[in-house]
Order: sequence, then C-alpha cells, then structure tokens
Amino acid sequence: MSLLQIQNVSKRFGGLAALTDVSYSVQKGEILGLIGPNGAGKTTLFNVVNGFYPPTKGEVLFKGESISHLQPFQICKRGVGRTFQVVRPLQRMTALDNVIASAFLRAKDKPGAEGIALDALQFTGLYEDRSLVSKGLPLGKRKKLEIARALATQPEMLLLDESFAGLNPFEQNELIDIIRKVKAKGITIMIIEHHMKVIMSLSDRVVVLNYGEKIAEGTPKEIGNNPLVIEAYLGEAESA
Amino acid sequence: MKRFLPLIILAILFILPLVGLSSYIMHILILVTMWSIIGMAWNLLGGYCGQVSFGHAAFFGMGAYTAGLLYYHLGLSAWWGLLVCIPVLGVFSLVIGFICLRLRGPYFALATLALGEVLRVTAENLVKFTQGDLGILIKQRTWVEKTWYFYVILLLAAGSFFLIKKVIESKLGYYFVAIREDQDAANSLGINTTLYKTIALCLSGVLTGVAGAFYMNYMGYIDPTTVFPLYDISIVTVMVVMVGGVATYWGPVIGALIMVFLAEVIRSVPKIGAAHQTLFGILLIFIIIFLPNGIVGDFRKMVGLFKPRGALK
Amino acid sequence: MAAQVELFLQTLISGFLLGGLYALIGLGMALIMGVMRIINLAHGDLMMVAMYVAYWLFTLFHIDPYLSVFVATPLLFFLGVGLQKFLINPVMKVESILPHNQVILTVGIGMVLTNLATVFFTSNYRSTPVSYASKAWYLTDYWKEAPIELSLSAPWSLSFLMAVIFTIALWFFLTKTDTGKSIRATAQDIDAAMLMGVNVGRMRVATFGIGAALVGGAGCLFIPIYYLYPTLGKQFTNIGFVITVLGGMGSTEGAIIGGLILGIFESMTATYLGMGWAPVGRFMIFVAALIFLPGGVASLLRKKRLGK
Repeated sequence: MSLLQIQNVSKRFGGLAALTDVSYSVQKGEILGLIGPNGAGKTTLFNVVNGFYPPTKGEVLFKGESISHLQPFQICKRGVGRTFQVVRPLQRMTALDNVIASAFLRAKDKPGAEGIALDALQFTGLYEDRSLVSKGLPLGKRKKLEIARALATQPEMLLLDESFAGLNPFEQNELIDIIRKVKAKGITIMIIEHHMKVIMSLSDRVVVLNYGEKIAEGTPKEIGNNPLVIEAYLGEAESA
Repeated sequence: MKRFLPLIILAILFILPLVGLSSYIMHILILVTMWSIIGMAWNLLGGYCGQVSFGHAAFFGMGAYTAGLLYYHLGLSAWWGLLVCIPVLGVFSLVIGFICLRLRGPYFALATLALGEVLRVTAENLVKFTQGDLGILIKQRTWVEKTWYFYVILLLAAGSFFLIKKVIESKLGYYFVAIREDQDAANSLGINTTLYKTIALCLSGVLTGVAGAFYMNYMGYIDPTTVFPLYDISIVTVMVVMVGGVATYWGPVIGALIMVFLAEVIRSVPKIGAAHQTLFGILLIFIIIFLPNGIVGDFRKMVGLFKPRGALK
Repeated sequence: MAAQVELFLQTLISGFLLGGLYALIGLGMALIMGVMRIINLAHGDLMMVAMYVAYWLFTLFHIDPYLSVFVATPLLFFLGVGLQKFLINPVMKVESILPHNQVILTVGIGMVLTNLATVFFTSNYRSTPVSYASKAWYLTDYWKEAPIELSLSAPWSLSFLMAVIFTIALWFFLTKTDTGKSIRATAQDIDAAMLMGVNVGRMRVATFGIGAALVGGAGCLFIPIYYLYPTLGKQFTNIGFVITVLGGMGSTEGAIIGGLILGIFESMTATYLGMGWAPVGRFMIFVAALIFLPGGVASLLRKKRLGK
C-alpha cells in the first residue's frame, strides 16, 4: 500500500528548476533511500513533502490525501516527521525538554508528554543524557536527538535528511540499529544519504535524482548496476 | 525553599507600607512594581517566545487611553479601564499580530517600533476623540495616600508573575521557546507557530495594557507623549528586561528595580540632569556587550559552568 | 483646472527631488541591513551628526554645505568604522538568547549621540541660510507660453543632483571594485564569502562606514533645505526603514525606488492632507508594503528579471 505518493512534482524558484516531474511512491513499512549527486534536489523534495513550500506543479499525497498545500505543522499532525540536514536542536533546552516540546503534539498534558519523551530518548539511546543542554552535545548525539524529537510526534512516516553526515563508524552503526528499530515499529522511512554503504544496506528500494529529475528507481542491487546512476556519480568522491 | 521565595517576597512587600514609608518612596515602589509588570509582559513575548518588540508603548498607551476615555466620554470611573482593557487589548493585539507576526526577527522589531510612533501621532491628531496634546485629566483622585495604589499594583504584579510562571511551565511555554530557538524546526514538529506567537502577543499586550490602565488611574493625567513615547517607554521596557535578564522569572523585576533607581539617582544629581539619556545609553551599551543575558540570565550561566543543568527556566 | 494640474505637477517634482535624497538615506540602511542583517536604529542620528558638522562649518567658517559634504562624509565614514569595529562587531560575536543585541546596541548609540548633541548644542533649531536658498528656475522663464507655472528650487536641485552622483559612485564601487564585490558577496552568503577568503569582519566594518558616510552625505544635502535640531534623527531613521521595507530588505535597487516612491507619496500627503499626517502616511505605506508586498519592490524586480 502506498503511504506517500509523489506525483509529477516540479519545483521552480524563479527561473531555476530545482525539481522536474518527479514521481514515485513510498510503500508502507519500507525504507526508501533517496540518493543523487549534490544539488540534485533531494532536500528540496523533502521541503516540498514536508510543507515548507508547495510544489509548482504536481501533487503530494499522504495516505491518499493531498498534502501539497498544507503547512509543515499540519503535515506533522497527519503523521509525517522530519529531521534536518543541519541539525537544529532547541539549543538552550535540555535534551529532555527538546523532546517534550515535540511530544506535546500528541500528549494531553505534561506528564504524558514527559512519558513519550522519555520513551523516545530511551529508544535512541539518549536516556542518560536527557538532562544535558543540547547545545553541549556532540554531533552524533545531536543527530540522535533530532530523530528522538521526530519520533515523539508519533509519526507514521519519517523523513531523515542526511543523518549520517559527519559521524564516525561507531556512531554510524548505532544509527543503523536505531533506524532498523524504527522500521520494526512499523514506521515508514524515506532517507536522504550520501553514504552508499549505509543506503544500500538499509534501503528496501532506492530512488535516484539528478539535476532535479528522477533517473532511476529500484532495489539497491538494481541501482548499483544501473549505468545511468554510475555515470551520474562519476566524479563524486563518495565511495562505498 | 526556592518554591516559596516568591510568596515570601510578596508577603514582605505586603507588610512594607505598614512600616510607614514616605510618599516619595511609595511612589518609587509603585513605579518599580508597574515596570515589573511591563517587563514581565515583554519578557513573555520577547524573552521566551523570541519576538522582540520595540513598541510596547503602544499597548501601554492603549490601556491608559482605554481607562482615560471611559472616564472622559462615558463618565465612568477610570478603574473600569482595568477590566475593559482586557478585551480591547486582546483585539488590538490580534490586529497587530496579523500585520506584524509574519515578519521575522529584527523586522518584527521594526514594525513594532513604527507602531508605537503611529499610535502616538494618531492620539495627537484625533483631537475630538482623545483631546490630542491636552491629554486626559481625572479630576478626583480615588485615594490621597499612595498605599492603596501600591496594593493594587502589587496584586496585579503578583497575578502577572504567577500567571506567566504557569504559562511557561505548561505546553505553551515549551512551544514559545521552541519557536524562539528555531521557528522552522518548531513548525516541522507540529507546532502552529502563527497561533502560538499570537497567543504570546495577546498575553503580553493585555498585561501591558492593564499596567497602562493603572497608570491612568494612579497619575491622574495622560497625554500622547507621556504614554506612547519610544524612548521613555518602549526602549526602557527592553532595557528593563535586558538588564535584569531575558527569559527568567525574576529578571524583569530586578531590571525594573535597577532602572527606576538609576533614573531617580541620575535625575537628582544636578549637573548630570540633562545628560541622563547619555548615561542611559552608555549603560545600555555596556550591558549589551558584557552581560548579554542580563544580571539574572548570566548569573545562572556562571553557576551552570560548574554543573550542566537544564536551562529552560 | 490648470491650477490643479500645476499643483499636482509641482508636488510631483518636489516629491521626486525629495525622493532622491531619501534614496540616499535608504541606501545606507539597505547596505547595512543586507550585510549584517541588523537594523541600524542610530541611522538618523548619524545623519544628525553630519548635519551639525555642516552647520558649524557654515556658521564658523562660512563653508558652503555642499562643500562640507566632502568633509562630513569621510568623517562619518570613520565614525561608522569606529562604531562597528569597537562596539558592534564585539557584540555580534557574543552568544546570547536574543539575537537582537546588535539592534539594541544601535539604540544605545543613538541615544548617546542625540543626547550629547542636546547637551552641547542645545535643542534650538538651526539652519544654514545659503545665499542662493531662494533661487529657483521657473518654467515660464524658458517657455513663455506655458499654461502652468512650475518651479525648480536651486538648492533642492543641487541636492538631488549630488544624491544621484553619490548613488552612481556607490554603484561603481559595489560592482567594479574588489571591496565592493566582497561586500555584495558577504550580503548574499556569509559562509560562502568566508570560504572564498573574504574577511567578513572587515567587510562589516567597511559596510557600516559606507552606510554612515551615505547618510552623512544625505545630511549635508539636507541642511540647506531643512532645519536642524538634536532629535531629528528619529524621523529619518523611520524614513530609512520605511524605504527599506518598501524597497525590499537589503536591496540597493529597491532602496532607490523605495526612496523615490516615499518622497512622492509624502509630497502628495503634505499637499493634499496636511503636514501633520506625514508620519501616519509613512506608516500606512509601511503596513501596506508589509501586508501586500512583503518582499518589497525588489521582489517585483526579481520576478521580472527571472521571467516568472
């Protein structure tokens, strides 16, 4: 069953075409990897799905209903959570407070929010750090905090934007585990990533963008052998 | 112990007038308390929610004129203003919010700055309605002694303090800070930023308006330059909170204390008299550079260096 | 009927000339806002300082204000540089809850400047009555059968002309010199500029200096046709940011067009509604721009250029 449907989405900024006629679906329960060279339009696509700007053309459907012209907070209420490429914690708040803030979306009161928040922190391995001010957390933990916050909104679908950038191998493995646990909970995931190994091992299916257009879609194996994809990445320093 | 601190201070303040203080000291206390309210109100919108207003005189003057016009046009006691200004300021804040809240950061500050000035000019020009520069004069003072005025403003201040505390500790408080820290991230987490910014603005506007209505009753006279001025009210409000400590409960109170005392001290030294604004300006510059989070704000930062603690409060 | 047309055209001309000067004020603020994202609330007060310089040069040494431009402008440049280097830059580095410390700092600076002027120069109104103050060129002098009479005041025209020259000089500076291009780069994208070796701190200092110089120049061009008192800074700061909002935050072309629009609008308001309503008229434009055209004129220009 298609949870998210991206139908002929184009996005122009003045004269610049950031996305051109992109179409694909994300099936419920799968992990879909979104890859492509820098500037291909991946984050723009996320921003369109997430509601930061409407598509110039085309539609985005979530659970069969159009979300193309909704505000980000409305889309979040419908069940789409999102993390950002450059992590944006609420800096002067503790990790716990950060997550409580987003837990209030579903909670009825503060104890309820706190409960959801503590669960999310436990889930992402941040329980011990819950009283630390998020500004002081190292990058790896801040990335986990991003995910914890998004999880506290109890989403059905999670958009992860380059969560692995800047992490060391140990942190990467931790994160892979967390993402697998998220999938096990039944949450659908769409993930933008440059780390090929991560994407290929995590994703059920992969979509490739280049210059704002979709150039390939398929299983990791199919994508790995696709000549168009290989050509698009020639010159990209990213290796497996 | 800490939980009861506000109540202890409140109790002390209650008993204070009975000790027998001069009329002048009472006046100072009343001013400090009134400025605490304005500061707390601004702090809610600016310190906690991150929307820095340079035009709070607009709300203050609006409240003062609500009370004054009730008296002038309808012959009612100006004290009714305290009640009436709640809906009036509520609606006013909604309108202002609709125009200004779509702006981010410094541009919001700009819009509010213009706002205060426009209200001043409007009050000056709509002579039939507001008596223009003549102002509004209440012929009979409610009380001769300052004591009862003090109790009224003290009650208002205590009410404001506890109301704001409740708000900040609730979901609203979390949402405000989330908006302050990163509006886009907050949006993505399901927070209707426009709605909550508006709520903050309305709360802030109403509280400031109530202080203004009190001012009308206490001073007995207002005119556009007294209640709508940019530097003497809008900017002082910002200074009160910045000096005392943004996003803290006691910051505005401490700030009000310091600012009022400073104003009086500087004004009473004969030589400096005319140059008191220069000294104010220099003080402001000094605070901004060395104590950007105010006295209460940076005090905690110093304590926090020794152990990592939550910084929400 | 002719009288109506005459009044309208005359108002239009006055507005246009005024707009040219306003554009200069707006340009300074737009530059500062574009590069540093701060609203300089001391902008008008810097102008006031320049006007006092011109006033004293005129009163004590009989130097024509149009010559004082060449003294006051560099002076204001250095004042601006000093303020940015020693006060504003340090504040921009400090970590604080509210990022508006820079704006509040400019408030403090403005307060000090205004009050010092009041203390030293008193609040008496001053002016520089130049010998050619009332000289004007009349349409009927050149076109005898003109159905209407239009006049062009000499000092106004001279001020406008110099404002245009300044603007062109600025354009050259921003587009043809290295420093100018670095400033524009910093305005567009600080991080990219830093990566390309632009010394951002120095650019900020230069920009504030230039912004101050521009508004200082505007002050000298204003004093022959206006009058001077310590607190006039406030209204010119207001004008500055109305233009900035109207023109589009941080856009230099927008500031020029915004200045002209505001000049014409104020002239019309003064003629047809009365002088007292000028501040209200300004706010009306301000609010209208905020609600209906949040990107300012610049956003219209951008759409045209990119062919939406």
